[in-house]
Amino acid sequence: MHINGVEIEDTFAEAFGMWGSRLIVTGDDLGWARTAAEAATGFATSIIGCGCEAGTNDLAPGELTPDGRPGVAALVFTTSRKNMEAQLLQRVGQAVMTAATSACYDGLAAEEKVKVGGKLRYFGDGFQRSKLLDGRRLWRVPVMDGEFVVEESFGVVQAVGGGNFFMMAGSLTAALAAAQAAVAAMRAVPGAIMPFPGGVVRSGSKVSSRYKGQHVSSNTPYCPTLRGQEDSALREGENAVLEIVVDGLSEAAVAEAMRAGIAAACLPGVTRISAGNYGGSLGQFHFALRELLNT
Amino acid sequence: MGCIACAALVLDGAGVTLTRRESSSIPVEADSLCPDRFVGLGPTEIAALPVFYGRRKVELGDLFEVEGAGADNVIVSGDLKAVKKIGQGMSMGRLTVTGDVGPHLGAYMSGGEIVVQGDAGDWVGAHMSGGRIVVQGDAGHFVGAAYSGETRGVRGGTIIVGGNAGREVGARMRRGLIVVLGDTGEFAGAGMLAGSVFVGGRLGGRPGAGMKRGTIVAFGEAPELLPTFRYACSYRPVFLRCYLQSLEASGLIESPGLSDGEFRRYVGDMNSGGRGEVLVRDQSQ
Repeated sequence: MHINGVEIEDTFAEAFGMWGSRLIVTGDDLGWARTAAEAATGFATSIIGCGCEAGTNDLAPGELTPDGRPGVAALVFTTSRKNMEAQLLQRVGQAVMTAATSACYDGLAAEEKVKVGGKLRYFGDGFQRSKLLDGRRLWRVPVMDGEFVVEESFGVVQAVGGGNFFMMAGSLTAALAAAQAAVAAMRAVPGAIMPFPGGVVRSGSKVSSRYKGQHVSSNTPYCPTLRGQEDSALREGENAVLEIVVDGLSEAAVAEAMRAGIAAACLPGVTRISAGNYGGSLGQFHFALRELLNT
Repeated sequence: MGCIACAALVLDGAGVTLTRRESSSIPVEADSLCPDRFVGLGPTEIAALPVFYGRRKVELGDLFEVEGAGADNVIVSGDLKAVKKIGQGMSMGRLTVTGDVGPHLGAYMSGGEIVVQGDAGDWVGAHMSGGRIVVQGDAGHFVGAAYSGETRGVRGGTIIVGGNAGREVGARMRRGLIVVLGDTGEFAGAGMLAGSVFVGGRLGGRPGAGMKRGTIVAFGEAPELLPTFRYACSYRPVFLRCYLQSLEASGLIESPGLSDGEFRRYVGDMNSGGRGEVLVRDQSQ
């Protein structure tokens, strides 16, 4: 299969079950809302070293924020509900609550919840107040610019993490252009985020290492400077590889994001699109590239 | 403040229609006039439900012409100014009154919706714990208040009055929302334990007297507050925008331009712990 002259390899991405949450972060203007949301989702590229994977997203078309102010969605993914509660407490407490004019609401209709505002409220030192509106409890925590409004609980759902695809290109310039186009297309997919910086991974990894105690190392078969020193997965003419990892609140969201990203990445200078997997026996979710592009 | 949209009145479709046969000032205690009591009943059985007409026990059918079946949609028409306790204790369905109605409308209600196209008497929604009451016209005294001798009143639900209301709106309220688009009488929110009272017109004197917690919001004129209230600050309350957003989304109230307002916050009543608040819209903004 080829799109715009770019080969779509007959392979699949292997992804895993995770827990996902979606916060709506608002502010007096969109800039402040983004500042708060980006601070809360920073240092959240990989579950391995960051505790969670997170990113921001625009609100769905026509979606209103609970307070009517400008807002941004922040999606967080992690391995367990318990860890999700811990991550949200930290991130909302340290990065959203601290941001001027911010407020934070649950953006996911889910039966399972974790308590966030219900714990952060104690920052109010006894002066916090709650309001029950439409079955949602909002906490008003007194802060120096007025009040920080935060919802008592946030919904969590079983989600999907680790959708991915690789872009092989003749030059870094071409790979970057493809990656940026892919990320721009994927950002329009609600319910999915790309947790790495700018949505792109330059240091993809393999699950082995020559060093004792280290479990991952650079994805050396895909490192162009090592061609000739060890077995390479690169073909002649391929001088750079970038990867995009995507997490989503549903399998459908990840699939749609991958489809949109791959289609946008098929630009001049890109030789092929591939994906990472572990043989198919570890992850519950398989995203076959050619099937995605056929839909 | 705005106007009640009330676009969703359902006057057609399956349901029960009760039409008062004749006008009278003799009080009627009509707590059986409630959707919950009509479940599974046809018009003949509904007409046989008991009511008090003065001190005489009669049947609903003696006072009302009853047609239709189905408890989900009940429409009541005619001279109801002396008819008390309509919708008392209801937990489901929709009850529409096409004119004025007497006191104790929706008292102890826990669910469903009551819509009154005219005025309502005293004690609208007393002790309600859920559901919604919309009065398009004026309401009497004690809207959403606790009965005399009771320490706690409304525990939930929403009451919206399109016109004016009398005194002691939300007295001893524990939770829930009361919105009066017009003026209120004295002592709104007296003894409030929690919950919210919004007043679009002129807030009557001595609001929040004895309030422990809770919120009174004056979108229009406000009186001088009791000396046991202290000014805190002027600010833009974000939580208030959540309420207005919710009310707008419900289609019940149109409230343009309110969301960006600055409010002066007063805390009190210091005689009762000082954890209540009265927010007064800064009219100069």
